[in-house]
Amino acid sequence: MTALPKYGCFRCFPNGRRSEMNMGSIWVVAEQHRGQPLPIAFELLGAARDLTDNVRAITFGQGATAAAKLLGEHGARSIVELGDLAPGLPAPRVAAALAEMVAEERPEAVFFGTTFDGREIAARLSARLRRPLLANVIGLELTVDGPVAHHGLNGGEELATTRFINARPGIYLLRPKCFAPRDRESPSTATVAHREPPEAGATDAVRVVAHQEVVQHGPTLDAAEIVVTGGRGFGSVEKFAQVEQLAELLKGATGATRAAVDAGWAPYSAQVGQTGKIVKPNVYIACGVSGATQHLVGMKDSSHIIAINKDPEAAIFSVSDLGIVADVNALLPRLIRALEARR
Amino acid sequence: MRIAVCVKQIPKEHERIVFDPESLRVRRDGKLIMDDSDAYGVELALRLVGEAGEGEVIVVSMAPHDEETGLRHALAMGAARAVLVSDDALGGSDALRTATVLAAVVARIKPDIVIAGTESTDGYTGTMPIQLSELLGWPSLAFSSSLDLVAGELRARREADDGVFELSCPLPAIATVTSGSVEPRYPSLRGIMEARRKPIETLRLSDLALNAAEFEADGASEEVRSIVPAQQRAAGEVIVDDGTAEVRVLSLLSEWKAI
Repeated sequence: MTALPKYGCFRCFPNGRRSEMNMGSIWVVAEQHRGQPLPIAFELLGAARDLTDNVRAITFGQGATAAAKLLGEHGARSIVELGDLAPGLPAPRVAAALAEMVAEERPEAVFFGTTFDGREIAARLSARLRRPLLANVIGLELTVDGPVAHHGLNGGEELATTRFINARPGIYLLRPKCFAPRDRESPSTATVAHREPPEAGATDAVRVVAHQEVVQHGPTLDAAEIVVTGGRGFGSVEKFAQVEQLAELLKGATGATRAAVDAGWAPYSAQVGQTGKIVKPNVYIACGVSGATQHLVGMKDSSHIIAINKDPEAAIFSVSDLGIVADVNALLPRLIRALEARR
Repeated sequence: MRIAVCVKQIPKEHERIVFDPESLRVRRDGKLIMDDSDAYGVELALRLVGEAGEGEVIVVSMAPHDEETGLRHALAMGAARAVLVSDDALGGSDALRTATVLAAVVARIKPDIVIAGTESTDGYTGTMPIQLSELLGWPSLAFSSSLDLVAGELRARREADDGVFELSCPLPAIATVTSGSVEPRYPSLRGIMEARRKPIETLRLSDLALNAAEFEADGASEEVRSIVPAQQRAAGEVIVDDGTAEVRVLSLLSEWKAI
């Protein structure tokens, strides 16, 4: 199979020269966990720097100061950290801070990642500014009419191109794994400033009553080199456990289709597809997955794909390097045994 | 306890979204049905009102051409009544416009809780309920897999990447619920019969004292410039398992340096 071109920032000028046009500053809302920026934060910085040098990162939460340094080494010219924002959830106050900052400085665009917090902050900012947002962005391009965004439709069969009118700042929600991060430049000359976010009133009234950390066995879906996904074909939660077993043997991560999540066999956080996570591992193994367009959009850019389905007409075979017509409940036990025998 | 559930009515053939070649908007002139992912919200709302022992579930929706098929479905599940906003000026509305309209509906019916799906099956922007929460100035519990009333507060379970959270906030509040959170009930025959007689209030923008030209600041908007076919991945080989397909899988995994 020929390699697919990765979606990403399509540059207008193939020689790498940027538009002569004066592109204003781009702000990137960079999420971090305990001082380490999330991969999507680096992807957002990469996407922004492909359009302009004038990039600011805004970060928050416990560890924000440590994360700020790393953001500077990955493309941010300046960083604003908003502190740890305890005891509430971050989104309402981050959105309030952004609204204040936007009123002062009017950036050209604000980039968010499609994450729990990214989506919520973007939505709150959109409502505060009464400006629309563009979601599910998989590519950006600078044209003579200003920046335009690309979105996949119908499971990626079609590509839509959109743009804002009179919307400065444009609020963009970018899908993970669609934009290349920049190489680290150390040391950086980026400036770091603290800003105290304003109170956000009743919207900030949510409190965490309990938090149970999920012990992560093996890699996360985002980071895994191998993803094994199970669909409706298993028929029961007990049989679905074979997906987890196979993923574990391959040191990969377990994914699920929306049907499997709806059936309660896997948590929402394991869902791969349009309404879940986008994954692009080295190897994707789809077991008992029919290949609904909403699922294909989440996995079809994997480097290699193997699909197992008992229906020879299953749509998943149209994107697979190898399709195997088989009942997953017959083939998976044999595959698991064969892998165990190799150990 | 009054709970409003936001219901989106989407094209019946939503597996493949069809765009109008002129306007580049989603075609919504065919039959519309209730988005499956809204059934979870309706179910949770019915349970919360049932546990409270009093109150009502009101379905709210914005759709073209006074479309009410999807609302009848929610009414058949057990919702008491519905409010529908339908106005030609709302064609092609995005998430912010929808939130602006629904905020006016919420202000009119004054629920204690608003429940919505996490994202629609056809548009999947996934921001409307949070924009609604910000416009109303209410707290929101997004991505909830369960909802309960505890000591007068709304409590939600959220299954996030970094663990399971139990969140709580005072009322009034908005919650978005994930698909698969509960088993939605199927409308009974009696429910379907009763739903025909349940009231659906249909409103125009003027009834809500709204002017679509004033929804966004500075006339801000977005436009679709083009929709073109995307480059597709080519299909590979398809084999029928003859009882040894695992050998082939292992050899490929090894070739791809995955084992």
